[in-house]
Amino acid sequence: MIGKPDIAVKIGAIEMKNPVMVASGTFGYGPEYAGLIDLNRLGAIVVKGISLEPHEGNPTPRIVEVASGIVNAIGLQNPGVAGFVDTYMKFLRGFDTPVIVNIWGRTVEEYAEVAKRLSDVEGVAGLEVNISCPNIKEGGIAFGTDPKMTEEVITAVRKATDLTIIPKLSAAVTDIGQFAKIAENCGSDAISLINSLPSLVIDVGKRKPALANTIGGLTGPAIRPVAVKLVWQAASAVEIPVIGMGGITSGGSALEFIIAGASAVAVGTATFTDPSTVLSVIDGIEAYLIENGLGSIGEIVGSLDLPAAGTPNF
Amino acid sequence: MKIEQGRVLRHEELKGGYRLLSIEVPAIAKAVGPGQFIHLQVPKLAESVLRRPFSVLDADDTSLSVIFKIVGKGTAALTYAEQGDEISIMGPLGQRFPQAREGTLPLLIGGGYGVAPLHFFAKRSPVKGIMMVGSSSKSHILCAEEFRMLEWDFRISTEDGSMGMKGRVTDLVEDWVGQGKADATPVIYSCGPHGMLKAIAEMAKKHGWKAWLSMDRNMACGVGACLACVQKVKKGDKIEYVRVCKEGPVFDASDIIWE
Repeated sequence: MIGKPDIAVKIGAIEMKNPVMVASGTFGYGPEYAGLIDLNRLGAIVVKGISLEPHEGNPTPRIVEVASGIVNAIGLQNPGVAGFVDTYMKFLRGFDTPVIVNIWGRTVEEYAEVAKRLSDVEGVAGLEVNISCPNIKEGGIAFGTDPKMTEEVITAVRKATDLTIIPKLSAAVTDIGQFAKIAENCGSDAISLINSLPSLVIDVGKRKPALANTIGGLTGPAIRPVAVKLVWQAASAVEIPVIGMGGITSGGSALEFIIAGASAVAVGTATFTDPSTVLSVIDGIEAYLIENGLGSIGEIVGSLDLPAAGTPNF
Repeated sequence: MKIEQGRVLRHEELKGGYRLLSIEVPAIAKAVGPGQFIHLQVPKLAESVLRRPFSVLDADDTSLSVIFKIVGKGTAALTYAEQGDEISIMGPLGQRFPQAREGTLPLLIGGGYGVAPLHFFAKRSPVKGIMMVGSSSKSHILCAEEFRMLEWDFRISTEDGSMGMKGRVTDLVEDWVGQGKADATPVIYSCGPHGMLKAIAEMAKKHGWKAWLSMDRNMACGVGACLACVQKVKKGDKIEYVRVCKEGPVFDASDIIWE
């Protein structure tokens, strides 16, 4: 084969030079890692969750390490939509990389208002709608685990903006296909999954939760097989692109998601181990395409070769 | 800030279960200052996704050293690090202790491996002062020889009276105040267990002294991205969480909200 394979992807109206983004909450707002890696190389930057007003977040401890992962309960601390735009957008516009803003609210109206306010901000390419954070009392996962609420919030955000919208789905549901379908029917341009898995870690000595918030969200390689399975199911249920994430550490682990049906992927927790992981994931995907004589990434999206035994039992 | 592949030069057991790890890592060693920390990837620690933060004890143009003891699986695995092992280091991270100005009296107060950044501070300080170390017993008194070599007024307290004055390090400070030898108002620089830092903040407030405290928190990214390691502080008329890894680890004691 001559030349490099085509790894560009399009998610809604967002043109990405490669299918690898950084996952919300693990990359701050961009400047934090700019001294360590070239942000121009990323497929997209997904910033930490933004709400209408500044939000304090949870007490500490907010994080604990477990086998092959971490459990966090940051609680969506953020400077609010105005604070975010004023502090970070000028910086982010300086890179040739689409910016996707993760948004959340305590009410349907707040989600819609944040979406509206970001709509005309120069440099914002799309919105990831967080309906799946396990670490806050109001909003977050309460929206993403109830079909009616999911429908309401996505419909409201869709009405509020013409930007590309990407609801981020919760893994803590019985039928992921149902929620993927709702997102699609409400006009979403894509979906992303999975958010962290609701978890509890106990300090046995103290007989207390390890985190101040009691419940946290598990991320890292520990959740990858769960995430790949859910991405596969979600991708089977909808026509819109799926962005897969959960424990990606290498080109190989990203390819699991892509073969399962993801058009793009996000690297999260692995950035904490090594900030350049996201770059090696991009290189790894490209190398795989070259080794297999494939001209474009599209040729392997959803190419999972299932056993002949018939439709698997979800 | 950068990530550099370091190499273990020396790894030795000190007393009281503490260990000294010296790493050849030139670019970071040259850049790091007192109070800053490095984020170290523990070699061969299977199933671990987080780096581990360590305050720097000492640094020169080619290498730096840290003190640790086993507090969890990361530090347990680090005890297997051998001379020549490669080790990934991120740093320097966080803010330095402000340097002591001429005419001021730096009063360093440390507990356990909290003496590490204070040693680095004393070594680089243009002004000499007093170093006080407190612990439960003499096996936890570290760096005594190093401080004496720096010709600092070195004072010790142990709760069991096995070395120095019997009592807590705050008693040692009050004892010094009682001796009436303070011809300059001290500026405190401190690092150690949470309870000790809180007591020092209260004491500094009582005497009207400035105090700089190095805080410790469970940390993930180390660069300010994840907001895991926050500390509640006063900022003007507001109270908010700021990042220990970025705005800290050194804080003005009068800004800290103790929870």
